[in-house]
Amino acid sequence: MLAVIGAKSVDDLFRDVPASARLETPLDLPPGLGELEVERVMAQLAAKNLSAGAAPFFLGAGAYRHHVPAAVDYLIQRGEFLTSYTPYQPEIAQGTLQSLFEFQTQVALITDMDVANASMYDGATAAAEAVMMANRVTRRKKAILAGNLHPHYRDVIATYGRFNGFATIAVKPDPQGKDDLAALIDNATACVVVQNPGFFGEIHDFTALADTCHRAGALLVVVVTEILSLGLIKPPGAMGADIVAAEGQSIGNALDFGGPYLGLFATRDKFVRQMPGRLAGQTVDAEGKRGFVLTLSAREQHIRREKATSNICTNSGLCALAFTIHMALLGEAGFTQLAALNHAQAVKLADILSAIPGVTLVNDSFFNEFTLRLPRPAAPIAEALAEQGLLAGVPVSRLDPRPDLADLLLVAATELNTDADMAALAIGLREALR
Amino acid sequence: MSDWSKALSGFSAASPGGGHGLDVDEPLLFEDDGPGRSGVDLPPVPKVADRLGGLRRDGRIGLPSLSEPQVIRHYTRLSQKNYSIDTGIYPLGSCTMKHNPRINEKVARLPGFADLHPLQPEATVQGALELMDALAHWLKTITGMKAVALSPAAGAHGEICGMMCIKAALEARGEHRVRVLVPESAHGTNPATAATCGYEVDPIPADARGRVDLAALKAKLGPDVAAIMLTNPNTCGLFEDQSPAIAEAVHAAGAYFYLDGANLNALLGRVRPGDLGVDCMHINLHKTFSTPHGGGGPGSGPVVLAESLARFAPLPWLVDGDEGLRLIEQKEGAAKDALGRIKAFHGQMGMFVRALAFMMSHGGAGLRQVSGDAVLNANYLLASLKDLLTPSFAGLSMHEVLFDDRFLGESGVTTLDFAKALIDEGYHPMTMYFPLIVHGALLVEPTENESKESLDRFIASMRALAERAQAGDKAFFEQAPHFAPRRRLDEVTAARKPILRWRAETKSAAAE
Repeated sequence: MLAVIGAKSVDDLFRDVPASARLETPLDLPPGLGELEVERVMAQLAAKNLSAGAAPFFLGAGAYRHHVPAAVDYLIQRGEFLTSYTPYQPEIAQGTLQSLFEFQTQVALITDMDVANASMYDGATAAAEAVMMANRVTRRKKAILAGNLHPHYRDVIATYGRFNGFATIAVKPDPQGKDDLAALIDNATACVVVQNPGFFGEIHDFTALADTCHRAGALLVVVVTEILSLGLIKPPGAMGADIVAAEGQSIGNALDFGGPYLGLFATRDKFVRQMPGRLAGQTVDAEGKRGFVLTLSAREQHIRREKATSNICTNSGLCALAFTIHMALLGEAGFTQLAALNHAQAVKLADILSAIPGVTLVNDSFFNEFTLRLPRPAAPIAEALAEQGLLAGVPVSRLDPRPDLADLLLVAATELNTDADMAALAIGLREALR
Repeated sequence: MSDWSKALSGFSAASPGGGHGLDVDEPLLFEDDGPGRSGVDLPPVPKVADRLGGLRRDGRIGLPSLSEPQVIRHYTRLSQKNYSIDTGIYPLGSCTMKHNPRINEKVARLPGFADLHPLQPEATVQGALELMDALAHWLKTITGMKAVALSPAAGAHGEICGMMCIKAALEARGEHRVRVLVPESAHGTNPATAATCGYEVDPIPADARGRVDLAALKAKLGPDVAAIMLTNPNTCGLFEDQSPAIAEAVHAAGAYFYLDGANLNALLGRVRPGDLGVDCMHINLHKTFSTPHGGGGPGSGPVVLAESLARFAPLPWLVDGDEGLRLIEQKEGAAKDALGRIKAFHGQMGMFVRALAFMMSHGGAGLRQVSGDAVLNANYLLASLKDLLTPSFAGLSMHEVLFDDRFLGESGVTTLDFAKALIDEGYHPMTMYFPLIVHGALLVEPTENESKESLDRFIASMRALAERAQAGDKAFFEQAPHFAPRRRLDEVTAARKPILRWRAETKSAAAE
C-alpha cells in the first residue's frame, strides 16, 4: 500500500504535521489487553458496585428501574441497527427511519400531542430546548420554572439561559406543589415550565395554568420524568400543553448510572417548524412506494448552520429504538397495565412506610413515587441503609441542598419490587429511625 | 434509459406483493394492530384505592397490540433494510464509522454498570466512579490536556459545554466578546453552537491549500473575538499545519482556541492537541473510541480543558476524597465557578464503559497504530483514485480524502447521482456536499478497519462508476439506486406536506 502511495513509511504519511506538533514519545499508557483480560478488569470494576438488582431498590428522581423484556436488547443489538449511522441515505436506512416514524407516533400518542421529534439527549436537555423553542415562538426571553421541577432540570435550563441569554425565574420548591405560578406570568414571559407528576411525586392538572399562559401569549411546557405515568394519568396534551419535554428512559432503557437516556420532545403542529432535532417523515419513492426520510431539515445545523433551531446532531437513536420496541411489546393493554401496577405498588409501599412512627407521607397524590418526611435528615439514613444493602430512596438534599428539604426522602416503587423488598425497607427504615 | 435499466424496471413489477426476495415490504406497527394481543405477560394489578388526585387518563391511547413474535419479526425485517458497518464499508467522511467491538457491548451490560442508579450513595458506586476516573485519565493523556468534563452527551453537546466554559472565563475576566470565528469548512454544529451560546458567527475562508487562511484569520481577530472553533485535521482531510501560529495569534488577541475533535482518529498517539495550544476540545467517543452510532446516537462528547478553563467545567465534578472517589454536585468550594449542569446526570456511562474497553484493548501503542492505519487507508484510496477522480487539494491526506465533482465534467451526473449509484454497488455513500468550500464534495473516510482487499473492491467500484459517468450514462445514475429497498425518495413533498406520524386516516391515503 505504501508503494502505491509512494511513501516510505506510515510515519512519512504524517509529513504535513509540523515537527513541533508531533509527539515523539509513546503515550504514557499501558499496553493493550486481550479480550479476556479486558473482561476481567471490567468485571472487577463492576463488582465494586452495588447493582440495583442485588438489593431492595427504591430510587427514582428521574431515573427508574423497570423490567425490560429480553426481546428489546436482542433486537437493538442487531448490527443493522447498532452499527448504522444517522439515516442520511434513506434508500438504505428504511429500518431506522420507519422505526423513528413509529417512535414519533408512539410519543405523540402517549403525550397526547400532535407531533414528536426523533429524540433529544435526555429529559433535562429536552426541557432546555423546549424553553429556547418557546423563546423563538413568542419572541420573548423569560422562563418561569415551577418549584416542582426536577432540580437538575432547573439547573440545566438555568445553565443554558445564562449563556443563551434568557432569564429564568425559579420558584422555590414546595413539596406540596402549591406554587402560584399564574401570578408570575406577565407579557414578557415566554413559557412556564412545570412537571407532572411533580418532582416530589404529586399529580397536577395544569389545564387552568395553560389557559393563563395562552391568554398572556406564553407557552406551557410540561416536563415528564416518568413517562410510564402517562399510561394512567391525564396526559399533558389534554391539559393544553404546548410543548412536552420528557425522559423516556423508563421504557426499554437501563439505569446505566445516568446515561445514555432518551429525551422525548412533543409539540403542536403549528410549532413544528420551530422544533429542535431530527424528524422522520413519510413520503413515496420514485415507484410510488411508501418510504420514510429525515425531513424539515431546513431547521437543522447541517443545513442552516448558525440559523438552526438547535445545534443538536447525534441524538439518542438506539435508546429511541429500545423505547419503540418495548412500547410495541407492551401495546395499549400492556402499557396501561404496567402503569397501573406501578401505581398499586406505590400505594402499597406508601401505606407501609407512612405507618412507621415519625414518618409522614407528604403527597396527597402520586403515581409510582412519593415523598416521605423523616424526623431527621434523610441523607445519612439513606447512606446507613445502603451499608446494610438496602437502596432506600433518594434524599432530596442530594439534588437540592436547601435546609428545609433535608428531611425529605423520595421513594419509588415499580413492578420490580417484591413484597419482601417492601418489608425489608420498612424494617430497615423503622430500625434506622429508632 | 439504457436497455439494461429498461429490463430492470420491467422486473421490478414482477412481485405482486412488492417484495424483492428477502427484502419484503413491512407495514407500520399500527397497521398490524390486533385487539387482545400483547408481547408482555405482567402480573395482575392488585386492587387498591387510587391516589391519582382524580386525574386518571380517559379513553384509549391508541397504541397497537402485537404479540412478541410479531414484534420480533417486524423489527428484524426493518433491520434488514438498513446498511451498517457490519454490512460493509461505511465511508462517511468526518463520521468515523469504525467497527464496534462486541466485547464493549458485553461489558457495558454488566449489571455492576448497567444496573446502577445515578443517585445511589457514592459508597455503593466506587467501581463506576473509578471507571470514569480511568477514562478521564486516558482522555487527558491522549490529548495532553489538564482536565476533562465527562457529562456532555454527544459532540454538539460537548461543543456547547466548551463554548460555555470559554464564555464563563471571559465573563470572569470582565470581558464581553461577541464574535466567534468559524472556518467555512467547519461542521454545521460549530456555527450553531456559537449561536446557541449567544455569539455572532464570523466565517474564515480557506486558502488555496484547503487550510485556514492565516492572514484572513489575523485580520478578523480583535478585542471582540471570543474564540476560534477549528477542526484539525479539517474537514478536507488536511492537517492545519499552521495550527501553532493560529494558536499564537488567537491567544495574543485574548481569545480562546476551541478544537472540534471529530477527527481525533487521525491524531491518536501522534499529535496531542494540548501541545498545539488548544484550550478546549470535545471528543466523540462514538467516533474515535468505537462506541456504536446506533442509527443516530447515543453519543458521548467529553470535553478536555486547559488549566485556564478547568475551574468552569460543568457539574458534577469527580474528585478524590478521603473515603474514595466522590462527586461534587453543587457549586461550592473548589467548584464555586463551575457551570451548572448541562445534562440531568453524570454523563453517558454506557458509552464510557465501551470507550474505555476499546482503549484498554488497544493500549497506548495500539492507539497510535489506529491513527497510522486510518491515514494509510485514506491515502491508499487517494492514490488509487486520483487519476480518475478529482482530489480537491494536492498532497497527502490525513484520515479522510476530499474529492469534488470536477471529474464528472459535462456528464450531467451529479455528486448525488454518483453517491446513489454507489448504493447499487453495495456500499454506503461517502459524505456528500460537505465541506461546503468545494463544489459537489465527496468526502471519503475508510477508517483503520478496512482491509486492503475491502479497499480494493471499493476502489474498483468507484473506478467503474467514474468511468461510466464519464462515458455519459446519465440515465443510469439519475435512476440509481435500482437495488435498494427503496428507489429515490421524494424529499421535497416530505418537507412541503409533512407527515410526521401515523394517524388512522393516513392509512387509506397512503394506499391510494
